[in-house]
Amino acid sequence: MSDTHPAIETVSLRKAFGEKVAVEDLSLRVERGEVFGFLGPNGAGKTTSVKMLLGLCAPTSGKGFLLGRPVGTPAALRKVGFLPEHFRFHDWLKAHEFLFVHGRLYGMKDAVLKSRVRELLELVGLKAHSDKKLGEFSKGMLQRIGLAQALLNEPEVVFLDEPTSGLDPMGRRLVRDIIKDVKNRGTTVFLNSHLLSEVEVTCDRVSFVKHGRVVRTSSLKSLMNGFLNVEIRAEKLTEATVQGLRRWTATVDRNGDRVRLGLADESCLPDIHRFLVQQGCDVYSLSPQRVSLEDLFVQIVGSEVGL
Amino acid sequence: MRTMLIIAGLTLREAVRRKIVLAALVMGGLFLTVFTVGFYYLNQDIQRQANVMSMMAMREARNFMLLAGLYVVNFLTIAMAVLTSIDTLSGEISSGTVQTLVAKPVRRWEIVLGKWVGFLFLLTSYLVLMAGGVMGVVLIISGQHAPKPFLGLSLVWLNGLLLLNLSFFGGSRLSTLANGVLAFGLYGIGFVGGWIEQFGWLAGKPAAVKVGIVSSLLFPGEALWKRAAFELQSPLVKALGISPFTSASPPNAMMIGYAALYAAVILSLAVHKFSRRDL
Repeated sequence: MSDTHPAIETVSLRKAFGEKVAVEDLSLRVERGEVFGFLGPNGAGKTTSVKMLLGLCAPTSGKGFLLGRPVGTPAALRKVGFLPEHFRFHDWLKAHEFLFVHGRLYGMKDAVLKSRVRELLELVGLKAHSDKKLGEFSKGMLQRIGLAQALLNEPEVVFLDEPTSGLDPMGRRLVRDIIKDVKNRGTTVFLNSHLLSEVEVTCDRVSFVKHGRVVRTSSLKSLMNGFLNVEIRAEKLTEATVQGLRRWTATVDRNGDRVRLGLADESCLPDIHRFLVQQGCDVYSLSPQRVSLEDLFVQIVGSEVGL
Repeated sequence: MRTMLIIAGLTLREAVRRKIVLAALVMGGLFLTVFTVGFYYLNQDIQRQANVMSMMAMREARNFMLLAGLYVVNFLTIAMAVLTSIDTLSGEISSGTVQTLVAKPVRRWEIVLGKWVGFLFLLTSYLVLMAGGVMGVVLIISGQHAPKPFLGLSLVWLNGLLLLNLSFFGGSRLSTLANGVLAFGLYGIGFVGGWIEQFGWLAGKPAAVKVGIVSSLLFPGEALWKRAAFELQSPLVKALGISPFTSASPPNAMMIGYAALYAAVILSLAVHKFSRRDL
């Protein structure tokens, strides 16, 4: 059965809209049960990638598989859930009706749906609003009901495109808990997010995309271990000394008597210290700092502003 | 099939929830009331002149009123067909509502045809109620009916269907506003062409007749009405060939077949486009 297949697999997926290339070459493999973060600046092709995987948008070339089935076929979507980034639903439906309609589209029977809808409304904290029309919902409530919709069929893979963008801190925590909960049930979560603090606490692995290409994929743990920011405060720093630091890393930022370095690990710190002293600098401090995912993001993807 | 029914049901529910059905029923009821009152008094007037008017003239006068009523019903039906459905594809594409529907294990054609079935049901019900109302009023008050009511109404129905399909065709590839321009623009061409053809025929100007035929080929909506009116009006007017509602040279069966084919082709083009486009 398809259980041996990875949750998501793509081989050189490409999407061009006329001259404009949205996704250049997407090759990914997401294993079952992972929470996978898909990160990149605006315009990097994240949403287009998700749309190709869900069959909303046909790839110009390349291949993609969901749970071993080719993307763009109904069979691939049977055990898949999706919350779009710009979610808009039929706002004249009541919350429970909305979930019923979408459940039926998954081919679920009304008897099964009855209990499932109740369970999900409770899960996303909307039980008291079951009879309210979606038109009366706030943005946060819509995001919650959208999330419930994405979980209707107990999916094996769920795509969440910016699932916390409209939520207050309580709502974000709720989404985090739900992601943890579905992961515990073995569901694969594909998370598109700008909120890197969210990604940091929820994801097992992340991919960084830039200009429609994956520039790096790594487990979050090894990624965080693989980067170190070091702040040096020293006087008598010459430009030649600062340039000399580039033999250890390309990431060198000088600001007056402070220099910030991005290093792979701390093993070279004594060498750097020796070098500074030899250059005649007065070193006041040399402090390694814990790197945030945001720093990593900027280092990997570059600081150029997304479009 | 199941998906189509779910989507058709959703379309009907939307029409009810967004008060489209209510508005149509209220305005339809109002129209029928006005028609009933008007026809009642006109009929009384006709009967008062029974001694000066021949039976045939009385029949003609009533048939004229019946056709006037059905002319409005035809117009309302096609306007309803376009106005209710114009936004259903393009609106859901631009708002993004369609994304969660399409990302289900369904085929896109099931979504398009499900919507289409829903709208066709609304359109058919509306036509049956309105045309049935007009004909019923005439029948009850005067005991008179149109010569070929079922054939005539089938053609009006086909006219509504044609406009519905045109609205789907445009909606699968254009914005809502552009789609509206397309639908009414094409209808307008067919409409004005029909009149040019009629004047051309009466004045013996073959060039004008040709313009009319070409415009009917561009969009055969008005031609369908002209044929419907031909079937619904009295034999005398047919023979005279003068009436504001119908043509001196009614479109032939070829044109009706062409219209049906036209409707089928544009609907399949709508399904084809929606199935392949990026959403």
